[in-house]
Formats: sequence, structure tokens, C-alpha cells
Amino acid sequence: MSDIDGKEKIEPPPSTLSRRDLIKGVIVGGVAVSSASYLFRASTLVGQSARGTGERLLTINVNGQLRRVDVMKQETLAWTLRHKLGLTGTKLGCDRAECGSCTVLIDDVPHYACSVLTHTVRDRKVLTIEGLASPDGTLHPVQQGVIDEQGFQCAFCMPGFIMASVAFLKTNPNPTRTELAHGLSGNLCRCQDYDKILTAMMRGAENMRRASRA
Amino acid sequence: MHKSDTESVAATVAATPRVYGPGHKLIGKDYATADLYAKVTGQAKYAEDYHADGMLFCKLLLSPLPHARVKHLEVRAALAMPGVRAILTADELPPPADTLTDNGTVIQANPNSERGLTMEPLYRGEPILAVAAVDELTAAEAIEKIRIEFEPLPFVIDPLETLRPGGLNPRKDGNIWVRPPAPAAVAGSPPPAPPPPTIGELKWTEADFAEAKGVRLPIGKTPDEWSYGDLEAGFRNAALVLDETFVTPDTSHQTLETRSAMAYWQNGKVYVHTGTQSTAQTVPAIARWLNIDVAKVVLISEYTGGGFGSKGTAAVSLVIPALLSKKANAPVMMRISREEETFIGRARPSLLGRMKAGFSKDGRIVALDMFVISNNGPYDAQGDVPTSGRIVSLLYQPQAMRWRGATVLTNTPPRSAQSSPGGMQGIVIMEPVIAKAARKLGLDQVAIRRINCPEGKAPFGAAVQGKRPYATSAFLKEALDRGAEQFKWSERVSRTPKRIGTKVRGVGVSLSCFVGGTVGFDGILVIKPDGRVSIRSGIGNLGTESVIDVHRVAAEVLGVPWEKCEITWGDSSKNLPFTCVSGGSQTTHAMTRAAHATAMDARKKLQEIAAKKLGGKPENYDVGNERVFRKGGGAGMTLAQAANYAIQLGGIYDGHEVSPDLNKVTKASVAALAGQGLVAAAKDNYPRDGATFSYVASFAEVEVDVETGKYYIVDFLAYADVGSVVHPRALGGQILGRSILGIGHAIGQKWVFDPHYGAMLSTRFSQSKPPTILDVPVNMQWAALDIPDPETPVGARGVGEPPVGGGCASILNALSDALGDDIFRRAPVNADTILTSVEAGRPMQHPLKAHI
Repeated sequence: MSDIDGKEKIEPPPSTLSRRDLIKGVIVGGVAVSSASYLFRASTLVGQSARGTGERLLTINVNGQLRRVDVMKQETLAWTLRHKLGLTGTKLGCDRAECGSCTVLIDDVPHYACSVLTHTVRDRKVLTIEGLASPDGTLHPVQQGVIDEQGFQCAFCMPGFIMASVAFLKTNPNPTRTELAHGLSGNLCRCQDYDKILTAMMRGAENMRRASRA
Repeated sequence: MHKSDTESVAATVAATPRVYGPGHKLIGKDYATADLYAKVTGQAKYAEDYHADGMLFCKLLLSPLPHARVKHLEVRAALAMPGVRAILTADELPPPADTLTDNGTVIQANPNSERGLTMEPLYRGEPILAVAAVDELTAAEAIEKIRIEFEPLPFVIDPLETLRPGGLNPRKDGNIWVRPPAPAAVAGSPPPAPPPPTIGELKWTEADFAEAKGVRLPIGKTPDEWSYGDLEAGFRNAALVLDETFVTPDTSHQTLETRSAMAYWQNGKVYVHTGTQSTAQTVPAIARWLNIDVAKVVLISEYTGGGFGSKGTAAVSLVIPALLSKKANAPVMMRISREEETFIGRARPSLLGRMKAGFSKDGRIVALDMFVISNNGPYDAQGDVPTSGRIVSLLYQPQAMRWRGATVLTNTPPRSAQSSPGGMQGIVIMEPVIAKAARKLGLDQVAIRRINCPEGKAPFGAAVQGKRPYATSAFLKEALDRGAEQFKWSERVSRTPKRIGTKVRGVGVSLSCFVGGTVGFDGILVIKPDGRVSIRSGIGNLGTESVIDVHRVAAEVLGVPWEKCEITWGDSSKNLPFTCVSGGSQTTHAMTRAAHATAMDARKKLQEIAAKKLGGKPENYDVGNERVFRKGGGAGMTLAQAANYAIQLGGIYDGHEVSPDLNKVTKASVAALAGQGLVAAAKDNYPRDGATFSYVASFAEVEVDVETGKYYIVDFLAYADVGSVVHPRALGGQILGRSILGIGHAIGQKWVFDPHYGAMLSTRFSQSKPPTILDVPVNMQWAALDIPDPETPVGARGVGEPPVGGGCASILNALSDALGDDIFRRAPVNADTILTSVEAGRPMQHPLKAHI
């Protein structure tokens, strides 16, 4: 690594390398250019290239409603929500449990929906950002906290942050900023608006406490 | 990276509540923006959230090699698969179109620019072809069935390697862009077309490399250079001369929303859904990429999930779903994965810099010889290298300066501007030199910056036609003083002991600045017959809220309650004005000017309508409280009545006639709005003396554990000189958000490559980690001077880029305060850097390689 004279030998480019050999070589190094990630099967082609991708009809409880949906074995909850149930408030930022944009609550516990298989949430309650406000349109206290403090910039991370915050505040209703920051540390904001987010979520906590006293 | 006791420490930074915008009702006041409700309820739609009937999905075949030629391509088996609808290859892309500028100049298309697909990939991960199918799994299986043979070509990842004598070239014609001289102008005809740049070769000599002894950046010939003042005399008379090399990282923008795009065709028009930093200016970009008339393009982009420079006018890759959609006769969604975004998304170029700086004994920079090269990737030259010189010359006001630079091509993913492009790298290369000089000269770190600080109409760069350009204003010295007071700088510096056990405290300060605004754009508003005001915004919605904030100016000028104003944004078919791209911190400055001009146009029309209907002269009337009324009392009318009269009068009053100086985009929008009420449309023709910049003084304290190499940011303050404050909360989000973007470059983000395969190893968030909520203090501080810029009617300047350099450099300076000058000569500084260097007593990382 510290080849101080800066004259590292340049290897001649490989001349007889197929795409597959190259990929094999690179896989050893830990990465590969693969198109076979981030993929989903629509319902229209069931059985045509089967190999265990067939769908099954499930009933899941989403935002207090029982929803019947055809689901593949390997289908993630994020895909089911976004592309089959039309709940696009749940965002995909990385699809690999790194960013938290897809955070939803399953029985009140925050989960990355990109890394939960839909068939595992049968008999459990899924709550997404769309189900947070009251049916009459009254915002959840945490949502109201964002409006009060102009929290977040682009807001692509916002649904995940709000869901994580709601879950954390249910069990920790009176946190310090540090405690709440730890509760939200599974969520990434690339606008890096953390200070204002934390202020908005603290306001949300205050709103929740006030609502529970009322 | 977090400390549970930071809250008590943070309390030492006094948060002084400030009142912004005295004398204004709306400007300088907090309010909830109109886009927030949709955001908190999950209703806000980003490109990937749209679903059109019969929509197909597409997948890309990416190059596995960093430089190659496709020798053989066989797609029949893939096309024959059930569910596969179309395959798009590079030979089906339209030829790149020339651009006709507003003053009639034709900018010729560059045939060597990026086009979206290619048969000669110039970096690993470059798209070769795309498959549209009924779903993504089918498209991906089809890609596996494509037989493709590559001829590997020589590649180069490191800019210094291609500059060596006999070094390989990243493109077959060379390693730098060369701009051929423009043909001579002919009197009476439009300026002649500048020829597109061509690719040339730049090689340095063995002697150039030998002089640097492998520990400094070699200095060879460069295509660009400027200077002012007597450099040699400056060095001769200097009390201290330092010669330092510094390396900044390549960093992906890592917008949380990738550049996914969906497109369909209807009645001969293409409808494109994608994220962008400008609704108005992305339309001509799409038209140019697809080589079609701008009237055939509709862009829908209500919400964009981050840009930071990577989505200036969206992304050329959107031609893929647009053309596939035409071919398959169905809507096509192209979802871009995080890995794909790392390849076809954008990144800030790494700069390697060498600064020879001469200081007087009181710390004034008397001479500066700045030399920089960048790793540009294979495509269009980015402006980071020249910008770095201009920003350093403005921010530190060296008495004499020479700048030399080269933008070097490599086989790495394409770069673009990233928040404070070039400015951030220039500041980060310069600041450690100043910190070291202060230590050598026994000076306080704030004092040495104060003595070099720009003030008033501060000059920058080299003379143009005998005169050096200068800034509109600079109040940075005041921001530095107030910041030092708020941060309790002197107390922190004198606190002892610095070391307790294995923990060492360090404090750092940095100056920072960047361009803060442009001029000459348009605005449109309509006063409707019901008295409400409809304002058209062509600004992209990145969440900085400038898309809405700038229009508070129009409401303020007209005296209309904000609740009566409706902002229309995010859809190019909704008659938007010609607007700046939200990049380079232009928007707040440029578009508050346009909003002001538009409101003044409305005001003038209201006065004229009142005079026509009620007698007297227009100047006898005033506008306010939703009325136009005779000054000193008497007759008047409501805005609703005036709007109805405007429709009766027609002509200039309801948009049937327009001011000739408006951009053609604005004229077309006004024509479509004509007759809907009192239509006001104006171009920002306000004078401006100087170039607009914004400034920040950044302060940080760190605590380093010298046994583990781990460090925490204990406190941070950014004190901004950004002119008048328009929307305090949004401003605070920008000042701290962009500071943390800079901090990311100090504490963790960088590209790493496998040099043998030319493969990037840092393709995920976890491998080039942006700061998380635990990496920064839980109570960060910001403040703004709120001193209006004298060269713009509202006094407001832009803010996006200016905090970035200071965010990074204040952390680096705090680290060197804690650890000394001989620990690192690069960013980011990670725990391994600290551990190995502290043990050895000298920097232990390779001095010139960015990708380690």
C-alpha cells in the first residue's frame, strides 16, 4: 500500500478475458457488476419461466385493512407495498438494509421492508406512512412535528425516519436528543439535515406526550 | 461515532436566538412550505412512484471492463424470450444535437460526450444496452442470454499514471480535453460556433517526477495557467515558506433517490418522470439528448430525492426508457439500483494539489503558487480545477498568486459538479497549510484567517482585460468574529490539559466560500379574478424549499397574504418561466431577483389599470392589503377587480402581449396563460456590480482517542454571510446539511479501486459511508449575519455550496490541532490513518494515491 516512490508497476491489460472470467475474478475481490439485483417478477408471467417463482394468494393486515395479494416466495414486503398495494410512501434507497428509507412497523417494531419477505408477515400488523394519520386526516403528532419545524429537505428518507421515530417514541416517550438520535441511527439522510430532523422529531415527541395527556 | 455526554458539552455553545428580516412581513420569517403535507403523509411522488398502464421495466447490461470494445453481440435468444419486448443498443441513439443559445450562437454537439449507451465502454459499469420486458426478472434473464464478446483495451485509473512518460491513455486519442481556437467573428452575423473540444495527450517528463521524489505532487506542464502580482518577490520576502501536497477523495453524490426514470409517448410527445435540479432547464436537455423539438417534451418532477449537483438537468440515462418506450410502444420504467447509481450516477472528482505558500511574520499570505490536477473520469471536463484557483484567490486574498491546473481523464465513472465543485477541494487543500503556518509562526488560528479574510468588493482570480474581477460584497470577517465569540474560541484554545488519558481534544476553524448567485432569469405570476395570486415556479424541488421560498418576495412586494398565493411547480406543461438550474447556489439570488422584478411588473400594471379606470396618473396609486388605491386616501379597487379589468383591457395586462426581453420559454408560457387574469412576467434586468459569492466561517472541536484512532466531533458551528435571510429554518437546514456533506469528506467517504481489474470496490453506502446521525453532534449550531448584499434588490445570496469546504476543513484542522502536522496529508482521515501515523510519527499513507 505504501509504495512511497509512487512508481507502482503497471500490469499490461488482460488480453484474453471473457466477461464471465472477469466477473469470477472480481467476485473474489468482493464485487461484481450484476444485473441480477434489485429485481422483481410481475404477476403476468407466472409459470412461463417458473423455477419456484410462482405466486400465492396471501392476506396481510396493512394499515388496519385486510389486503389480499398474490405474492411470490422471494418477494419482499417493500415490493408488495409499493408495486402491488400502491403504497409508494415506503421508499427504496438501497434495497440492502443500509439506508432505512423503507422502514415500516410490523407489530409496532420497525423493520426494513426491503429485507422482510412478504409471506412472513401473515397474521401480523403492518403500518406504513400512509396509515399514520387518522382517517379524518388529522396528522400523527410526529408528522405534525415535521410540519411545525420544517424538518427534512428532499424527504425521500422521511417516511422511514418518521416510522422509526413513532416506534421509538412508543416505548421511550421522553427521550433526550442523544437517546432519540440513537433510536434513529438506522436511518440515513443524504441531505444530511440531521439537526433539523432531530429537532422535528423532538417536537413530535412533545406533541405525542401532549396528545396522551389530553 | 457518537458520545453520550455531548449534550452537556454542546451547552457550552451559546445558541443566541436571532430575529431575521426586520421590517418584513414574510422575508426572514419561518412558515410551513406547501409541499410538506404530501411529504409527511407519503403522498409525495418521486419518479419511481409512478405506475402507468401496461408499463414495462428495463434492465441494463453494464460493462464488466474499465475500457473495451464490443467485438460481437448476439441478442436473438434474448429477444425470443416470452415477455421481452425490446432491446436498445447504442447504434439506435439519435445523433447528438447542437444547441442554439438565446443570442443565436450554435454550440456544436461534442461527438465524444456521454450518450447513455456505448459500444466502447470507458469505465467499468458503463451501460452497453438495455432490455425492456414485462418485469425486471424477465429483463435480467434476457440479459443473461445475450452473448457479448469484448476486446479489452488499455485502461488507467490514477491520473498520475497516465501523465507519466509512456503512460497508458484512457481514451484512444489521449488523456485531456483540448479546446480548438474559435473561428474569427464576422461583423454583422451571430458569434461563430465554437468547435467542440477534442481529446489530446499530456505527458510529463521523468525529471518532473524525479523532482517530487514520490512524496510531493510532481509539477509538469499544464494546459491552463494564470497569475497576478510578483510571486518571486513574495517568496523572497516571506518569513515562512511552506510547500505542501494534499489529496482529496473521489466521492459519489449518493442521492438517496437514484436516477430512476419512467417515460411514455402520447400524441407525438414524450412524457418523462425523473428527478432533476431544474424543471425548466431539463426540458431543453431532454430535447437535445433525444434530438427532438423542445415542444415535444413534457417533464414531470414534483419531488426529487436529492441532487447535490448530480441531477443538474436530470441525467442522460433517461434516454434509455424514453427510446425503449418508443420502440416497444409502451411506458417503460428504468429503476436504477444503488450499485448502478454508483457507476452511472455522478461523483466529485478527487483533486491532487500542491501549495507553495509564503507568509509574512504576522501570517499574511504574500505569495501562493497553486498547482492542481483532477481525476475527471472519461467524459466532459468538469470545472473543479479552474474553480479551485478562483475560490482560493478570493477566500485568502494572496498578494501574489499563480494557479496551474490540468483536468485529467481516466477510466473511472463520470464526474459532475458536487456541492461546492472545486471550491471544496481548493479550501481543503489550502486550509491545512494555513493551520500549519499559524503553528510555525506562533499565531492564533482565527487571527491568521482574519488577516487574510476577503472584505467588501474583494478581487479574485487573474485580471480580465486589465482588471481583476471582484465580489459584490463580503462580510466574512464579521462572521468570523461573531462565530469565534459564539463558539467561545479563546476559552476552548486555552483549555488545559488537552490530553486526558488516551483522549486528546483539538479545535479547528476554517474559512469557506463559493459562488452565491447568477442573474437574468424570468418570473411569471397571475392575479386571478378571484383575487388569488398564482405563481409559476420553474425551480426543481430538491427540498431546499427555494422552489417556494423565493416567491415569498413577490407576495411581500405586492402586500398579498401568503395564504392567497398558490405555487405551481414540477410539471413543464404548466407554463413555467425560464429559470436557473438549482446548482452552484444560484437560486436564492437569481430567483428572488426574478420574483422581485415580476412583482414590480404586477405592481406597475395595477397602478396603470387603476389610473385608467379611476383617473389620475399611475404614480398616484399604491398597492397593498390586496388593493390598489389612491395615495393619501380616496378611490381604489381590489386585486380581484383589477384582474377583471386586466382581462377586459387585454394587451400587456392579461398576457396577450409580452415584454420582448423575456426568454422564449417564458413567452410561450405567458401566451398559454393569456386572458386568465392580470398576467405579470418580467426578466431580472437589475444591475449588479461584481460577482456574487456567499461565505461561511466554520468551527469544530474533536476528541481523538489515540489508542484506538477513533474520534468524535464534539461541537460544530457554522456562521454564514449569505446576505438577507429569506426562510430561517430552510437556511439552517442548508448551512448544517451542506456542512455535514463536507464533514463526510473528512471522516469517511472515498472511492477505492482494485487497480488490477480497474474495478471500484466502494459501491455501497457501507463502503463509502456518508455521515449518519451518530457521526455529528446532537446540537449543531448555525447562525447568519443577515446583512443584505448591496447588489441585489432583496439582498439575498445563495447558500448550498458555501458551507461545504469549511465543514470538511474545520474537522481536519481540529484533528491536526489535536495530533500535530505530521499525521495526514489527505482526506478522509480514518482511524487506521491516525493509528499508524501516530505510532510512526509521520504520515504513513501513500502521499499521492486517492484510491486507497
